[in-house]
Amino acid sequence: MSTINTTINGKSEAIQDVDPSTPLLWVLRDHLGLVGTKYGCGIAQCGACTVHIDGSPVRSCSTPVSAAQGKSVTTIEGLAVNVGALTAVQQAWVEHDVPQCGYCQAGQIMSATALLKANPNPSDADIDAAMSGNFCRCGTYPRIRAAIHSAAKAQRGEKA
Amino acid sequence: MSQTVAKTVSYSDPIIDQILQQADAQWAASMKVNRRSFLKLAGIAGSGLTLAFSFGPAAFADGEDAQMPQFNAYVRVSPEGKIYIYATNPEIGQGVKTSMPMIVAEELDAAWEDVVVEQSPIGSQYGRQFAGGSLSIPMNWDALRHAGAAARAMLVAAAAKQWNVPADSLRTENSKVFNQLGDSLSYGDLAEVAARQPAPAADSLRLKDRSEYRLLGKRITGVDNEEIVTGQPLFGIDTRLPGMVYATYTKCPAFGGKAVSANLDEVKRLPGVKDAFILEGNGNLTELASGVAIIANSTWAAFQAQKKLKVEWDKSEASTDSWTEIVKTAAELAKKDGDEVVENKGDVDGAFQNAAKTVESYYSYQFASHAPLEPQNCTAHYKNGMLEVWAPSQTPQGAIGSVAKVTGLSADKIKLNQTRIGGGFGRRLLNDYVCEVAAIAQKVDAPVKLQWTREMDMQHDFYRPAGFHSLKGAVDQSGKLSGWQNHLITFTNNGRPVSGGSLSKDEFPALNLENYKLTQTNLPLGTPCYAWRAPGANAFAWVMQSFIHELATAAGRDHREFLLEVMGEPRWFAEGNPRSLNTGRAIDVIKLATEKAGWGKQLPAGRGMGLAFHFSHAGHVAEVAEVSVDANKKLTVHKVTVATDVGPVVNLSGAENQAEGGIVDGLSTMMALEITMENGEVQQSNYHNYRPLRIKNAPVVETHFIQSEYSPTGMGEPVLPPLAPAVCNAIYAATGHRVKTLPLSKEGFTI
Repeated sequence: MSTINTTINGKSEAIQDVDPSTPLLWVLRDHLGLVGTKYGCGIAQCGACTVHIDGSPVRSCSTPVSAAQGKSVTTIEGLAVNVGALTAVQQAWVEHDVPQCGYCQAGQIMSATALLKANPNPSDADIDAAMSGNFCRCGTYPRIRAAIHSAAKAQRGEKA
Repeated sequence: MSQTVAKTVSYSDPIIDQILQQADAQWAASMKVNRRSFLKLAGIAGSGLTLAFSFGPAAFADGEDAQMPQFNAYVRVSPEGKIYIYATNPEIGQGVKTSMPMIVAEELDAAWEDVVVEQSPIGSQYGRQFAGGSLSIPMNWDALRHAGAAARAMLVAAAAKQWNVPADSLRTENSKVFNQLGDSLSYGDLAEVAARQPAPAADSLRLKDRSEYRLLGKRITGVDNEEIVTGQPLFGIDTRLPGMVYATYTKCPAFGGKAVSANLDEVKRLPGVKDAFILEGNGNLTELASGVAIIANSTWAAFQAQKKLKVEWDKSEASTDSWTEIVKTAAELAKKDGDEVVENKGDVDGAFQNAAKTVESYYSYQFASHAPLEPQNCTAHYKNGMLEVWAPSQTPQGAIGSVAKVTGLSADKIKLNQTRIGGGFGRRLLNDYVCEVAAIAQKVDAPVKLQWTREMDMQHDFYRPAGFHSLKGAVDQSGKLSGWQNHLITFTNNGRPVSGGSLSKDEFPALNLENYKLTQTNLPLGTPCYAWRAPGANAFAWVMQSFIHELATAAGRDHREFLLEVMGEPRWFAEGNPRSLNTGRAIDVIKLATEKAGWGKQLPAGRGMGLAFHFSHAGHVAEVAEVSVDANKKLTVHKVTVATDVGPVVNLSGAENQAEGGIVDGLSTMMALEITMENGEVQQSNYHNYRPLRIKNAPVVETHFIQSEYSPTGMGEPVLPPLAPAVCNAIYAATGHRVKTLPLSKEGFTI
């Protein structure tokens, strides 16, 4: 059981007493108490567990914690730089009243955030491609699409 | 349940906590309350105005609790001007945590930004706390309005006293009372004086006319949205307690099998495992099935150990269901009438003899899983003879009873906390996972969270029943629908018809037709079934509305015109009963949906429009789907136009969200979702072989509301049922192919 040195939401963490093959998801949830990242399927099918490693979206249920060694992990709790503030994506999610049950939305927001970082002006087809790994059982897809377009505008400094 | 349950719970608003404990004593002393009455709760100095309200016959429990009043609404106006409103019912994504407090705030004339919504604890004092049947709004509409109006009346009375003017000369808006000079007093400033006013009689209150609404009908965003988008702990799975351990519970893959022995010693030596033991269970799958518990120091350790677990199962009483065999048996049975005659009215044989056209058709649909995204889980702590539970349950009050049964504890030793729920769809009406963690907690000296894997969740569900319909319809010389018969082949669990599996005597179009016959055959089934979003309707709508279209086509008639003719004169079959079809409301939504969708317009080849109407859960809904199908049977659903009449809309944003979600859920389920079983075991296990729709397949949804004068009813269910027939009727219009088997993947369609 080696120590995994990583940065999580900007804070250095030395993770001990964990088998390095343990999925990052369960280290976040059970060991670090960051329960915003959700368990849905365990086989990288639903995207509820999406986090960023060095800015790229990964399915934390199928990513061993060892993959975070020396890297920077961002979870939904650390998305907004300032506590209490919302990012443009989070703000758009609130304004479009996207959530129903809300369980998938952390993963959706992590995927959408990564999309807008790579592509500040995504088309519907770009959204389909980037968001295809995130399943919403309640069917909030029309609002997710609208919220991404609106967050993109806000990030570009246009009126939403 | 008794009032002692409430005394043990902690309230999120500590002042209400103290006040309610006093209120228990106050009620116990008087015991006599009017059927419609308020309780102005005994004040605590400086706490402002607190009201509890008990309304209507439903506010009183039966039996031993008959003397215990049940409040269905709580409001507190604090001196600081905050207005606390309790959300009593479980939030599963249907939006009641926002919409129910909106109703109180409307009558109270509270500024929405002053409102703080708190999730109430579980207890009989909070009325019937459950999420099912699209009933939260209709069951609480009157109570919530009166609660808001009562609080408003007391605040106005306080202001009248202060200004020494008559109360009826004052008006309220945005958490303020105004006099005729334009002076205002805030609710916060008035709260203490208001608390000393007598509680008004419910019958003395004037409720607002709809034209006076400022909040209801607007788009209000969910009260938990900020917590959701920042990943705050809200859900059952997020429960964390000091010293908590983690459990899995393994049940027999064939329903009803019993654990005889297991490699427990080997499992106990695995990394992180603290204990492993067999629970005998009580033989009831909805409570505690036999299985093996593993206790570990993390979820992952428990999951890994579960993979190494080897169990010897006694399958002598286990399910041996085979979907292949069921399909064959049903096809044989469909050749004749069912043994059980549910309805036989008019002269069905005569109608067929005199028909200009008859059509025979055989429709079948699949078993389906609820598959909520939050896998079943529950947390419990058994300590000093008390059991505390944190449960994502749609029926938390029922859970207390079930837990009492399996643990042998009396209900007053069980405290249940409700959490937000990561999808219900009917799955969490049953509390098997709550019972399991309760039984496990009794054997563990620490708080314990039971976590099902996705595979457990999919293979130990209570499924939407499959069904087979052998239909015959007649059209007379004038092109009118003149006769209808159906033989439904459905199932029983333990000798009882499965929930959502039987057609009632008044299922559409029974009441609309003179000549109608319905027979039924029940096949015994070991796979457990239960309510799945819009039970019954979620499949029956597809059969009835597809077959009506078949008959319209056979008669050479326009589908819309034919359907409107079946509806006939505007009439309410059971006047005053919101769960009875009102053909006038049906006609209105059919006309609106077709008008908005551009029914009858020219479409290019391979593209078609389909219509369907269904009445369920008190909602009248018509939908028009516009689809195209390519040469490889690839389906695209471009747009769905929804017209619905559920009375006045409470929260427009929430209602639209439910409509959009109902369409996506309906399309997802009809497209490729199918549960099959062989040797009693469910063959699908996770989202790779039970594949719900992704964002690229979500159609544009355009929702229109007819905000009629009827009392409002729920939006969680009724939009889903018409989607499948609307899409299949559109496929027919586009291709001439009549879909008779769901999911569509069975007939070679892809999306």
